[in-house]
Amino acid sequence: MTSRTLPLFATIAIFLIAYLVCYLQFPAMLSTRVIGNLLTDNAYLGIVAVGMTVVILSGGIDLSVGSVIAFSGVFIAVMLRDTGLHPLVVFALLLAVTTAFGAFMGGLIHVLAMPPFIVTLAGMFLARGAGYMLSVESVPIQHPFYEVLKDAYYLMPGKGRLTLLGVAMLLSVAGGMILAHRTRFGTRVFAMGGGAQTAQLMGVPVGLTTVQIYAFSGFMAGLSGVAFSIYTASGYPLAMVGTELNAIAAVVIGGTILTGGAGYVFGTLIGVLTMGLIQTYIVFDGSLSSWWTKIVIGALLLMFILLQKGLLRLGTARAAA
Amino acid sequence: MLLTIRSLTKTFPGTRALDSVDFDLRAGEVHALLGENGAGKSTLIKCLTGAYQRDEGELTLDGAPISPQSTLEAQELGIGTVYQEVNLLPNLTVAENLTFGRQPTRFGMVDGRAMRRQAEEMLSGYGVDVDVRRDLGTYSVAIQQIVAIARAVTLSGKVLILDEPTASLDSREVAMLFDVVRSLREQGLGIIFISHFLDQVFEISDRVTVLRNGCRVATDDIAGLERLRLIEHMLGHELEDETREGRHAHVPSDPSERTLHFEGVGRRGLIEPFDLSVGRGEVIGLAGLLGSGRTESAEVLFGIKPTQTGTARDENGEIALRNPREAVAAGFGFAPEDRKTDGIVADLSVRENIALALQARRGWARPISRAEQNRLADHYIDRLDIRTSDAEKAVGDLSGGNQQKVVLARWLAMNPRFFILDEPTRGIDVGAHAEILRLIEEVTADGMSILVISSELDELVAVADRVIVVRDRRHVAQLTGAEVETDTIVRAIAAPDADSDEEAA
Repeated sequence: MTSRTLPLFATIAIFLIAYLVCYLQFPAMLSTRVIGNLLTDNAYLGIVAVGMTVVILSGGIDLSVGSVIAFSGVFIAVMLRDTGLHPLVVFALLLAVTTAFGAFMGGLIHVLAMPPFIVTLAGMFLARGAGYMLSVESVPIQHPFYEVLKDAYYLMPGKGRLTLLGVAMLLSVAGGMILAHRTRFGTRVFAMGGGAQTAQLMGVPVGLTTVQIYAFSGFMAGLSGVAFSIYTASGYPLAMVGTELNAIAAVVIGGTILTGGAGYVFGTLIGVLTMGLIQTYIVFDGSLSSWWTKIVIGALLLMFILLQKGLLRLGTARAAA
Repeated sequence: MLLTIRSLTKTFPGTRALDSVDFDLRAGEVHALLGENGAGKSTLIKCLTGAYQRDEGELTLDGAPISPQSTLEAQELGIGTVYQEVNLLPNLTVAENLTFGRQPTRFGMVDGRAMRRQAEEMLSGYGVDVDVRRDLGTYSVAIQQIVAIARAVTLSGKVLILDEPTASLDSREVAMLFDVVRSLREQGLGIIFISHFLDQVFEISDRVTVLRNGCRVATDDIAGLERLRLIEHMLGHELEDETREGRHAHVPSDPSERTLHFEGVGRRGLIEPFDLSVGRGEVIGLAGLLGSGRTESAEVLFGIKPTQTGTARDENGEIALRNPREAVAAGFGFAPEDRKTDGIVADLSVRENIALALQARRGWARPISRAEQNRLADHYIDRLDIRTSDAEKAVGDLSGGNQQKVVLARWLAMNPRFFILDEPTRGIDVGAHAEILRLIEEVTADGMSILVISSELDELVAVADRVIVVRDRRHVAQLTGAEVETDTIVRAIAAPDADSDEEAA
């Protein structure tokens, strides 16, 4: 185990221990039903967190994703209500819009040499506002195809449902893992997280890569928006406020270093599931306030930040020795 | 000739960084490039690697004219560079660093096994035992340097520029690196070696070119070149015969009149403990080569890197110098070498910059009134002849010489008793240069004591009453009275090296 993989193993260990604790108290939690629901309920978060992982690995941040998801829901709902387009066509349109939006933010970040924090903060307000422009109210989605999507599942042994959404999340994670860890693009992302200037000296086309990174995040946010619209069967411009922060938290709990350059997409999946597990536990318990989720997540985040700092210091000490 | 440079000129606003410099490099030689800070070494390298575009002159590589527009283009042409701060990514594996941008892929995915094999091939022949799957950052700087060299050689393969590669290596690691450099030389690479460690230059180089103030001073074969000659080239020797008449006759030569005493102050790894006594109105020069411990001496005296040993005291007893705040309280001032980053606050106005140190000493609870600030600013703009349209102009917009005057004004406003000037005239025009030297004379006449660090020996000879010579992080000699001449200073700087030459012979 190296200092590189340690946070990942720590994440997995925490998840397993947490699951064990839950299981000892509520044996019913170790059932395929709970696992299936864990995947379905957190699908939208998992999908968007994959995009966020790539952004954070590159040393950036994308605050716009929560608003983009909300916009996506409204966009889909309004399009389905007002036009005769098939949902698949609408999805394709939406993904084109959100990807272009991400690419535009990436371009601004590079051309204006602005911090991603500021540019995507502007993007956050912009996307939220665009959602309001389409509709100020919640728009229900009543399309037969949506019923099909919602009810598409594989019945696991033990009556757990592995839904389309859950599968979509797992596929997103798998795709993200290949992209980040097995392609030249992924190496460029890590390189930029290690140091943009050095990356440039080593031949990374920094501008193009920045555009690609935020385009990918925009695409994943759009995909997450599709998942969320299937999950809720509606579009509401006020939905998903703060989801970007949950995604960032999942990435960090997943062992990715917030300053970029080190981490694993798979860890993000575990991060998302850990956050989902806490919520499930609270549901099972029944007496705890849901605010406990936030408190536990806060504590976990703090722990991981301390762990990363410690590893960093250890690394510098070893390099100096 | 592998690489030739003819009349290369590069100017920046206000300075001529390179003035018609010629340089050439043969295949299979190590050519050292020497010069003090600001001599133009880095500008020359940056013009070669495409980081800067030259104003005039010609570059030819293998006989064909080249004009690299970017470091990438230079790399592809065959010019690879390895910097002191390794420009690789510590968070990627050794294999990823070596093959970066050219990773073998299969079905669009990076083929890990082929990549590792390729990386191992690139590293073979360098005599290092490296697991290419590990993160680069887990290896020592020396190994990282060699990985960087391996990458540069594979990518470029004609010219290898080593920019201060040994600055953070210990002697064993330097030997390892030099083995690598020698074997590359045998393979026929042209290697440009930049270092301020003369021993290393003599050990590894075949030829040496010395730059000074943007001009090429000399190019010589290293065999048969005397250290003394080389140091003379680096420090410059033009004004040898300038007389020292009319200087500082009032200065107390009697040590008992010295009021400020430092005994055994030093800091491990920075500067060995030294003693220093300073008299009222005395100008002490600190001479030595780059990296010899000049600036470090000043930093210890001013509490920037607090002393670990020794004491400082004046007629009233001991003085604490644990940090610059205490040094300022004790009446010390310090105008640092790197004016842009350590000296001025570029976005603040001339007035604000001048009032800064005085305000810091008074504390924030007692602000200096605007009227008082204006008076201060006007006074010093007038007295030091700071060329600015008005006191509210941002200091960053002034020329180098005027920025330096603002820094001086800031300290003079506090009327320090002991004022340390680190390279006060670097990178400023001739007029301002003379004015600053005149100013030194003026304030010492009023009783202020000054420590001047300079690589311009003429300058030291012109202003200093005493010159202390620093070498290898030690104060090795003190020259007084008639000994303060460029000749004697150069000899003192070169002294032990000459000895070791004789021993070696």
